[in-house]
Amino acid sequence: MKAKTVDRIMTGVIVGVAVLIIAVLAGLLGYLLVRGLRHISLDFLLSPPQTIKAGGGIGPQLFNSLFLLVLTMIITIPLGLGAGIYMSEYAKPNRLTAFIRLIVEVLSSFPSIVVGLFGLLVIVNMFGLGFSLFSGALALTVFNLPLMVRITEQSLRSVPREQKEAGLALGLSRWRTITSVLLPVAIPSIVTGTILAAGRVFGEAAALLFTAGMSSPRLDFSDWNPLHHTSPLNPFRPAETLAVHIWKINSEGLAPDAAQIAAGASAVLVITVLIFNLGARWLGRVLYRKLTASK
Amino acid sequence: MNLPETRPSADPATPRNAPATAGAPAPKPAGKAAKHRLEEWRGQAFVYLCVLLLVVIIFSIVVFIASRGLTPFVSQGVSVKEMLFGLEWAPEADHPMFGALPFLFGSFSTSLLAAIIAAPLGICAALFMTEMMPKLGKTILQPAIELLAGIPSVVYGFVGLSVIVPFLRHTFPGQGVGIMAGAIVLSVMILPTITTIATDALRSLPAGLKEGSYALGATRWQTIARIILPTTLPALLTGVVLGIARAFGEALAVQMVIGNAPHIPHSLFESATTLTSIITLSMGNTTTGSLHNNALWSLALILLLMTFLFVFIVRMLERRSKHA
Repeated sequence: MKAKTVDRIMTGVIVGVAVLIIAVLAGLLGYLLVRGLRHISLDFLLSPPQTIKAGGGIGPQLFNSLFLLVLTMIITIPLGLGAGIYMSEYAKPNRLTAFIRLIVEVLSSFPSIVVGLFGLLVIVNMFGLGFSLFSGALALTVFNLPLMVRITEQSLRSVPREQKEAGLALGLSRWRTITSVLLPVAIPSIVTGTILAAGRVFGEAAALLFTAGMSSPRLDFSDWNPLHHTSPLNPFRPAETLAVHIWKINSEGLAPDAAQIAAGASAVLVITVLIFNLGARWLGRVLYRKLTASK
Repeated sequence: MNLPETRPSADPATPRNAPATAGAPAPKPAGKAAKHRLEEWRGQAFVYLCVLLLVVIIFSIVVFIASRGLTPFVSQGVSVKEMLFGLEWAPEADHPMFGALPFLFGSFSTSLLAAIIAAPLGICAALFMTEMMPKLGKTILQPAIELLAGIPSVVYGFVGLSVIVPFLRHTFPGQGVGIMAGAIVLSVMILPTITTIATDALRSLPAGLKEGSYALGATRWQTIARIILPTTLPALLTGVVLGIARAFGEALAVQMVIGNAPHIPHSLFESATTLTSIITLSMGNTTTGSLHNNALWSLALILLLMTFLFVFIVRMLERRSKHA
C-alpha cells in the first residue's frame, strides 16, 4: 500500500499549497486594510500632501490617477478595438499575421520600465510634451494596447460563427457585420477585460515615473478650465499618481507619518482594484443578460 | 484586400441601426453598393491603421532604445566586455567604470529564485483546481489568484518593505533587504502567471489519458506524476518562463526591498541591486547625452534583449507542446 500512502501525502501537500495561497492573499489584504483603513478619512482622501509635516493627504494624487485612467482608456480603447478586430476578422493566416502576432506578444512582455523609458525619450523629449498627464497616458497606452488587442480578439472569436455568417448572408458588408452583429455579442467580455485592464493602469507606476513625472504642482480645484496651468483638468501638467506617490514616500518620504500615508494610500489603491475586479464581473454578467437572449 | 461582394438588392435587416429605408425597394442599387463599399473601406482603413500603429510603436521602441544604448560602445569607448563582466559601477568617477555584472547578477538571481519558489506553488495550485477540487478551485482559489494578479506592484513593494524585510532582519543575519526579500516579493507577483498557464494546460489535457491511467489502477498522484506532469511539461515551463520574464522586468517592487548596493552580495540577505533598480534610481539624476546617462540606456537595451530572449524561449516551448 505504499503507492496509496504517497498519494495521500501528496494530496495533503497540494491541498496545503492551495490553503497557503489563500492565506497569503488573506494576510496581504488583511494587513493592508487593517493598517490602512485606520488612516483613511475624508480629509486624507481630499487634502494635498505635505512634504515635511505630518497630516498630508492624497487628494491630488487620487484625482490624477483617475484622470490619467480616463485619458488612457480614451486613447487605448479605439486603438485596441481596431487592432483586435483586425486580428480576429481581417487577418489572413499568413506570415504577415504571424509577424503581427509576434509583435503583440513582444509588446505585451516588455517590462513597464522600458515602456516608460521609451516614453521619456520619444514622447517627453522628442515630441516635447514634457512630464505631463498626456505623456503618461500615451506611455500607458503603449503598455496597455497589447492586452486590449488580445481581449478584443478573444471576445470576437468566441462569437458563434453562424452569427457572422448570418450577417454576411444578409448582404451586410463585413465591417457592418462586425460592428452590428459581432460586437454587441462580444461586448460583455470586452467590457470585463477592459475594466481589468483599467485596474492594471490604475496601479501602474514604473511606466509613469519618467513620463507623467513625480511632482504634482499645486492644483486649484475651483478652476475647471482645462487650459489653465493650475486647473486639475489640464492634461499638459505634470502629475504624480497614487501608485507613484506610494513609491516616492516609501523611498524618499520625509514626512514623519510617511509610513501611515503609504499604508493608507496602499489600502485605497487595493480597495479600488478590488472594486474594479468585482465591478468587471458584475457588469459583464449584467451586459451579457441585457445584450443577448440568454439568462 | 478581399472585399466581400456586397449585394445591393438584399437589404440589411440589422438588429440595430437598421437603415430607414428598410423594407422599401431599393431605389438606386448602385448608390447603395457604393455606400456599403465606402463603409467597408472606412472600417478596414481604421483597423489597418491601428495595426500599423502597433508595428510602428514596437519598431520605434527598439530603434530608439538601441540607438541610445549602443552609443557608449560605439563612440564613447566603453567595451561590451567591461559592461557585461565588469564588477565595478562608478559612472561619475574620474576614471569612470561601467561594470554591470552586479546588476545582471541581481536581476537573474532574484527572478530565478522567485521562479524556484513560485513554480511548485503555482503548479500545485493548478493541480488543485483541475484534478482535485475543481468546484472549490473555481469558486475560491481562482478568484484569489486573479486578485493577486491585480494588486499593483508598488503595493507589493510596500508590504515587502514593511513585513518581509523586518521579518528577514529578525530571523537571519543582515539588514533584511537583499535578494531573498526581492525573490519572495516577486514570487507572489509571478504566482498568478504560472498558475493560470498551468491551469489552462492541465484543462486542455485529453480526459482519456487520465482515465486510462486510473483504469490501470494508478493512484491519483501516480497519474499526476507519471502521466499529467510529463505530458504538460512544455506548457508548464512556458508559464515559468513567462513568470521569470515578468520578474526580470519588474522595477519598483524589487527596488524597494533589495537595498540598492551596487555590488555582488555574499549572502541572500545582503543589500544588492538589479538592472531595473539602477535605471529607476539613476535615470532622473543624469543629464541627457552624458556617458552615465547613455550607459543607463545600455542597461535598458539589455532588458529589451532579455525580453526578446524570453519570448523566443516561450515560442520554442510552445512549439514543443504543440507537437507533443
